[in-house]
Amino acid sequence: MATEQVISDEARQEIEKLFVHLPTKKAACIDALKVVQKHNRWVSDQALVELGPILGMTPHEIDGIATFYNIIFRRPVGRHVIYLCNSVSCWILGFEEVHKALKEKLQIDFGMTTKDDRFTFLPIPCIGTCDHAPAMIVDEDLYRDLKPEGLDEILAKYE
Amino acid sequence: MERPLTEHIKKDGTVLSLKEYEAAGGYQGLRNALKMSPADVMQAVKDSKLRGRGGAGFPTGTKWSFVPMGPDTPTPKYIVANGDEMEPGTFKDRLLIEGNPHQLIEGMIISAYAIGASMSYIFLRWAYHEAAKRVLVALDEAYKAGYLGENILGTSFSLDMDLHTSVGRYICGEETALLNALEGKRANPRNKPPFPQVSGLFGKPTIVNNVETFCNIPHILAKGAQWYISLSKSEGGGGTKLYGASGRVKNPAIWELPLGTTLREIIEEHAGGMLDGYKLRGVLPGGASTDFLTPDHMDVKMDFEEVPKAGSRLGTGTVIILDDKTCPVGMCLTLENFFAQESCGWCTPCREGLPWTAKILAAMEEGNGKPEDIDHLTFQTHYNAPGNTFCALAPGAMEPLQSALKYFREEFDEHINTHQCKYHHH
Repeated sequence: MATEQVISDEARQEIEKLFVHLPTKKAACIDALKVVQKHNRWVSDQALVELGPILGMTPHEIDGIATFYNIIFRRPVGRHVIYLCNSVSCWILGFEEVHKALKEKLQIDFGMTTKDDRFTFLPIPCIGTCDHAPAMIVDEDLYRDLKPEGLDEILAKYE
Repeated sequence: MERPLTEHIKKDGTVLSLKEYEAAGGYQGLRNALKMSPADVMQAVKDSKLRGRGGAGFPTGTKWSFVPMGPDTPTPKYIVANGDEMEPGTFKDRLLIEGNPHQLIEGMIISAYAIGASMSYIFLRWAYHEAAKRVLVALDEAYKAGYLGENILGTSFSLDMDLHTSVGRYICGEETALLNALEGKRANPRNKPPFPQVSGLFGKPTIVNNVETFCNIPHILAKGAQWYISLSKSEGGGGTKLYGASGRVKNPAIWELPLGTTLREIIEEHAGGMLDGYKLRGVLPGGASTDFLTPDHMDVKMDFEEVPKAGSRLGTGTVIILDDKTCPVGMCLTLENFFAQESCGWCTPCREGLPWTAKILAAMEEGNGKPEDIDHLTFQTHYNAPGNTFCALAPGAMEPLQSALKYFREEFDEHINTHQCKYHHH
């Protein structure tokens, strides 16, 4: 049975461009994983199988790298990812209230995806905006000085 | 008071363009450096008493001097800016990169000239999306203006520079782990020696410095080592330092102040003191991996000599404040959860000891603490001490805990004896 190809030709070309400035293909591994994730939202087992020959590595070698890093996803994620900072300054200034409010609104806790596939909810270490704690990132957008009251307005921006 | 690193950063949060940077004297340091020999540039940095701003405080010029120089040395050599900024409570490099990316780029170009590097990378943490966009624009501007690429400003010196955005993990801030990440590998720290100056990125001589460290270099070359030393109030180092404060203070922010400014001035004057209704109970002076100081330490100078004398470290210089209505045990739990999660798993004391520590603290917070837990926690602070672990992550994780056990011991006992945490809001 033929398996459907998950790394598109476009993604493959993007990965091959990474090799230009690097002494080995392996050195592009992390950036290649980023490319796959940009196109597919996450890195599936099949993606690792296809990445192997492109990078000259075994799928297991690549998996060892993929699973090491916080924001390479080896499980499917929703259309949008919410990263809520749970580090010390945010914790002092109201992380728990925001966490509770988001749990209620999304009906999920950390590590889970909403049933409609709209949001994946993750904790994230300090995002370096401690003078405006508590803070979170949605996809690539930073939100600061969070209060439970303002969350609906933020979530409404993401379909 | 002079603030060379931040005086041109715009208050509205927008980026300083190349034209604006040049109009403010930008790239003059590079022009001066290119008229000097690389050895003289290195000497100027040594003379300035610049010390690394990433946390360890190693003298920058001395660090550079270990790079092999001369015609037969291995090439290419690399310059890497450590912009991983993942130390909880630290948000100074974000300001420098977002506000004035050319200052960082210029500092890196001068440093590359001093050690004979031909390739350079800015290693940026993934969360800094805006900073990444601005760096890419600035790199493009710098190439077009002839500050990067072949034959920089008509000299025989050439340098390329690229941005690498990370995919997370605190350990990437450790310089040898950072190099593994740049090579596309798991970010486990490497054995030292060999040091990166001799065998770093792809086995070639490499200098890794913190973003703030590089941002000092253009000013040293533009205005001289003696001027730079005169900026400081510290005996052991030159220049200004980016200090910050977060927690329940009136005005949490980042300020550029003379190195050696006191904790009191930072908290009371610049941060505006505590919010009404809160008292200061403790501070982590330089990020999550530094020992607590107390209200008795307010007159300590925040530099590389005086903070250690008080029992802690300058670290990143960004102060995290514990107030009287926040649970010290809960704060330790939050910190240890972070360190346990971010342990790279390479060595056993860290991989096993940090989750164990976090579990004990969680049990205390939930009212399930036992009297012997204090001994277990104390054991961990020794078990994960420097020398027992592969890198500084676990010893750093123990710094807030060991000092909390010293200064807030009664809080730990009360959690155990009353089977609860009295701080309801957490």
